[in-house]
Amino acid sequence: MILDLKKLKLRSVNEKLQNIDRKKNKRDFVISNPEGNHAICAGLTENIDVTIKGHVGYYCAGMNQNANIIVDGNVGTGVAENMMSGKVHVKGNASQSAGATAHGGTLIIDGDASSRCGISMKGIDIIVKGSVGHMSAFMAQSGNLVVCGDAGEALGDSLYETDIYVKGKVKSLGADCEEKKMSKKHKIKLKELLKKAGSNIKPEQFKRYGSARKLYNFNIDNVSNY
Amino acid sequence: MCGIVGIYLKSKKFEKSLGGMLSKMLVSMESRGPDSAGFAIYNSDKNKIYKYSICLNDMSFEKFKKEMKKKVKLTNIEKNSDHVILKSIEKPNKILPILESYQQISLVGYGKSIEIFKQVGSPSNVVKKFNLDNFSGTHAIGHTRMATESAITTDGSHPYSTGEDECLVHNGSLSNHNNLRRKLKKNGSKFSSDNDTEVAAGYISDSLKKRNLKQTLNKGLSDLDGFYTFIAGTHSGFAVLRDEIACKPAVIAETKDYVAISSEFQAMAHLPNVNNAKIFEPEPGIVYSWGK
Repeated sequence: MILDLKKLKLRSVNEKLQNIDRKKNKRDFVISNPEGNHAICAGLTENIDVTIKGHVGYYCAGMNQNANIIVDGNVGTGVAENMMSGKVHVKGNASQSAGATAHGGTLIIDGDASSRCGISMKGIDIIVKGSVGHMSAFMAQSGNLVVCGDAGEALGDSLYETDIYVKGKVKSLGADCEEKKMSKKHKIKLKELLKKAGSNIKPEQFKRYGSARKLYNFNIDNVSNY
Repeated sequence: MCGIVGIYLKSKKFEKSLGGMLSKMLVSMESRGPDSAGFAIYNSDKNKIYKYSICLNDMSFEKFKKEMKKKVKLTNIEKNSDHVILKSIEKPNKILPILESYQQISLVGYGKSIEIFKQVGSPSNVVKKFNLDNFSGTHAIGHTRMATESAITTDGSHPYSTGEDECLVHNGSLSNHNNLRRKLKKNGSKFSSDNDTEVAAGYISDSLKKRNLKQTLNKGLSDLDGFYTFIAGTHSGFAVLRDEIACKPAVIAETKDYVAISSEFQAMAHLPNVNNAKIFEPEPGIVYSWGK
């Protein structure tokens, strides 16, 4: 079914997609003429397929559960923010805060993601085929961030337990983020993640980064700084 | 919040439709800035005529025209809503003191190619009021304002022009503008409002006396403290700069015919062939510029 945003109101399109009957067989949708609108496909809960033909604005596929959403274009700030499950695949570039605070699901970005990609992520798997901007994975708590290109300044600042894999250069690491050993377990996980994104790059080409865990607890040696 | 937009035409193909293109961009940025709007449009005249953009405020056009006929060698004087474009071969150092002697009016910009119009009210009303759709030109910059640190007035509206054919629009806020204003005033810069962006515009004009636009903006990275995405226009083109934290958005679309920039992609969705454009976000702390 084609939903044309030139003819239909955004709110009615979102309402329709948010209320798909479980028993319905029609579970394939195409949204045409998105024209940079915000919050397209926000709050979907059903296992449906949606393809958006064109560039979208902010918070596309926010809070997604179960749905499989493909964006055939670029996305604005906060794509798949707070996603719980399902899959979001962006064929173009993403703006800042892609996958912010997301608890689960998979976000694939074929192009680049700008600053703060995966900020405060809580379990999502993010695979970026291009590069990411500064402060990516800031305060990231769990899940995986895979970057096939380069990473900007202060990668993984104040990181908790997210694993970060970068193939290219890292401009600088943030506070408490350090390079870690790539064990067999991590190579298997990374291979599986790359496969999800349709990439056959070898895991050996990546470096792994994680938390040094020095900011977890208050360090008594720093008491004079307060 | 605020919305900023700009178009630089690489070919002559869209010169006649530049006003219409910018007008739609401004209207779609209404949600980011409903308080006031303004635009600067460049149409390079090859002759030696200067154009002075003036907001009449409470003064009547007839009275103003009469006064100017007495004091200025006029080439043309044209009314557009509450603004006037005064054309003269006389140079700014002669005309500006004359205009400054009238306290009711405000000079919004001057130069050989720039015309500036700005007013309070929603962007859709402002573009209608000045008939932006009918303008042609080579490049143009616009702004929709959500007022934060100074009042909703014409003087508080963007674009700010503090030098010949120069203008600046800004999304963000500066935190060291008071200090900087004092320094610039000592060097002879003049300001007409308490607005932070006017200070940045003054800073750019002051620096352009010694440097080119790219060098000026690079220096601005260390001198201007705060959040910003700037579009700075000159007679030949414009430049874009985001601060290094890059909280304020910007997206650029480039085709073989034009370069467009706006706060959000939706402002550019109507532009010709935009879906095949090269679309990217300007990286923080890097000056991007287009021009001849």
